[in-house]
Amino acid sequence: MLLSELKEGQSATVVRIGGESLLRRRILEMGILKGVEVRVEKYAPLKDPMELVVKGYHVSLRVEEAARILVENVR
Amino acid sequence: MPTKRLVIALAGNPNSGKTTVFNNLTGTRQKVGNWPGVTVEKKEGHVSRNGYDLTIVDLPGTYSLTPFSIEEVVARNFLLDERPDVVIDIIDASNLERSLYLATQIRELDCKVLFALNMADVAGSRGMKIDAAKLSELLNVPVVFTVGNRREGMDNLLQQAIELAESATPAARTRRVKYSHDIEEAIGRLKQFMEMKAGRLPYDTRWMAIKLLEDDKIVKERLIAAAPEAGSHILQTAQRLHTHLAQRFDEDPQIVMTDERYGFIAGIIREVQSATIQQRVDISRNIDLVLTHRLFGFPIFIFFIWAMFQLTFTLGEYPVQWIGAGVDGLSGAVGAALPEGILRSLLVDGVVAGVGSVIKFLPNILILFFCIALFEDTGYMARSAFLMDRIMHLIGLHGKSFIPMLMGFGCNVPAIMAARTLESEKDRILTILITPFMSCSAKLPVYVVLAGAFFGARAGTVIFGIYLLGVVLSILTGRIFRSTLLKGADAPFVMELPPYRMPMAKSLLIHMWDRSKLFLLKMGQVILVGSIVIWGLSNFPRDVAPSRDYAAETGRITATADSQMATADGSERRRIEEQTEQAVRDLRREQKTEQTRHSYIGRIGRFIAPVFAPLGIDWQGGVALISGFVAKEIVVSTLGVLHAAGESDEEGALGQALIAAGMTPLSALSMMVFVLLYLPCLATTAVIRRETSTRWMLFSIGYSTAVAWGMAFVVYQIGRLLGFS
Repeated sequence: MLLSELKEGQSATVVRIGGESLLRRRILEMGILKGVEVRVEKYAPLKDPMELVVKGYHVSLRVEEAARILVENVR
Repeated sequence: MPTKRLVIALAGNPNSGKTTVFNNLTGTRQKVGNWPGVTVEKKEGHVSRNGYDLTIVDLPGTYSLTPFSIEEVVARNFLLDERPDVVIDIIDASNLERSLYLATQIRELDCKVLFALNMADVAGSRGMKIDAAKLSELLNVPVVFTVGNRREGMDNLLQQAIELAESATPAARTRRVKYSHDIEEAIGRLKQFMEMKAGRLPYDTRWMAIKLLEDDKIVKERLIAAAPEAGSHILQTAQRLHTHLAQRFDEDPQIVMTDERYGFIAGIIREVQSATIQQRVDISRNIDLVLTHRLFGFPIFIFFIWAMFQLTFTLGEYPVQWIGAGVDGLSGAVGAALPEGILRSLLVDGVVAGVGSVIKFLPNILILFFCIALFEDTGYMARSAFLMDRIMHLIGLHGKSFIPMLMGFGCNVPAIMAARTLESEKDRILTILITPFMSCSAKLPVYVVLAGAFFGARAGTVIFGIYLLGVVLSILTGRIFRSTLLKGADAPFVMELPPYRMPMAKSLLIHMWDRSKLFLLKMGQVILVGSIVIWGLSNFPRDVAPSRDYAAETGRITATADSQMATADGSERRRIEEQTEQAVRDLRREQKTEQTRHSYIGRIGRFIAPVFAPLGIDWQGGVALISGFVAKEIVVSTLGVLHAAGESDEEGALGQALIAAGMTPLSALSMMVFVLLYLPCLATTAVIRRETSTRWMLFSIGYSTAVAWGMAFVVYQIGRLLGFS
């Protein structure tokens, strides 16, 4: 499943991060790595971007960027 | 005792409290400038401590030291080339894992590092305990506890930094990130090869080997520069190893290494941190429930923006008037103190009027920057970008571009300076290029006069249409430039939403004052020169023989009046006085018109009249537009002078004069379109140059004027074809 398909309040574990190199590195640098648990805190009022909670801090990502992140174990 | 100089660099993530620590360490003795060649703010401060003269440099806040953003390149180059004596890395205790990612990269750089474990109190309150002694031992780095917003630990921090700088032990080479077997092997082989081939290299060879395997372009260039011949051999080997690793892991080695660094950090975290929290349980989340709420988020945002606008331009209006009165007073005093002549005219009409026109923006700028500092320091700026990104992304811009663009409706000068909040340089340049199309408040008087005279009851609609045209063109420009001139990777919107913080008054004031000071100093110089040039153009040459002897005519009028007065009674006298005054005023205006016609600016106006002819604008209009370069308000007053409508008369008189001079509704519309779009005023131009470069400033001038001409041409010519006049 893609991270962008998660609903507000759902959590999942990151499996793989795709996309072009710069974006991927930025995502990794923010601590969104394989095996990390992310929670969708909310979507912006216009449904894009989205707010994630990773390791206790809050990060926003555009939906198109989140669509590069494969997740599993959705809760 | 001779003082010894030490350079201390402050590194850390954005929102790690780095700026607060910097402000605490240096107080108000800061120097703000730009890093050479880029528009990233550089802050430096000096402190004397224990007989040492410490220079503290605030590096840009970054999450990493990859060469992808200018902030990171600037921070890294400083560490590599300036070789500060000590690097203090601010570690946000409540975000230990991510802070350590930057820390491990700094550790790899072969410099003396000291950790400031900041905001451990916040982490503690969230149920997180950090074993600092263990952290210090595991990474072989001294650790100092600090609480930035309570000024705790600052003395100790400096003390430890001085001790570290003076200690004989070189930067610790142990306890760095250890990569997996295959990568370590590749690093080892490349390092050995490098040492064998090139001998001495400017940087730590292990670090260079790691960077070459990560395909780091800047390190590659530096290697070639340091060792032109051996360098290419080394690059070949590096390339081979890179390919080998990519095949081995079926993944880009950069990504593998990032992953392994985090793996190394995870190991440290397990040993030093007692609990991890998955959610922000603090007040911040509750605030966000309201401020980024699906329904209330936007109305609240609009309210804040409205309040900022009101404060900046409505509240700011009072001090602006006081300053205006002060400037008038000054020019009156200078005028009275000097004899009539060229020096007086230069000082009063050139210097005082010109510099005064900039100084009077100061209250607006101070208030605006205070509001922006408030947004930034509380953490609301990130939320506004979060809310607006969807809309701004349509133009190819970042959510943060919204505020500068909106401010453009007030005044472009603070608006363009507000673009500083954008991190990506491309976003910043693009925002700066399109902001001038937001019709600023100084252009409104021009529309009011023209639309009022030519469109009567529909004036409001026409003016609204002009504003709308500006917005549409800025969107189009944004889209076009994004896909051509400023192409390239759209900066990813991977942005932290930091916890809300109570802003500190001191930090707000420093922030506000630093930026305003920059504005005053740099703008002042440019404006001074610019106003003197325009003054010279409109006052020279002075030796043109007037077609009439104005002094003699004035004398005749007063003489006639005097003789009439002698025989007149009370009410008759008043009538004669009024008539005389009117006649003298008319005469003076005619003199001024003639002077302007003959001045250089008048000549330029008539010379380039053919350029304006296809737009339906006459030479007087052309001159008014040129003089509008100083400030857009001047367009109206110049038109007034040239059409001899009188400066003190109401707008209606100027409108009548324009109609009498043969201006049509269509050419008035064309002129309004031109005023909306053409080159920004002198102050804006100067600020564009400061925030970007001379090249972009020239581009902005050329582009906006070309668009203005093109649009006015289309409006006028199509209007004519459609049978309007």
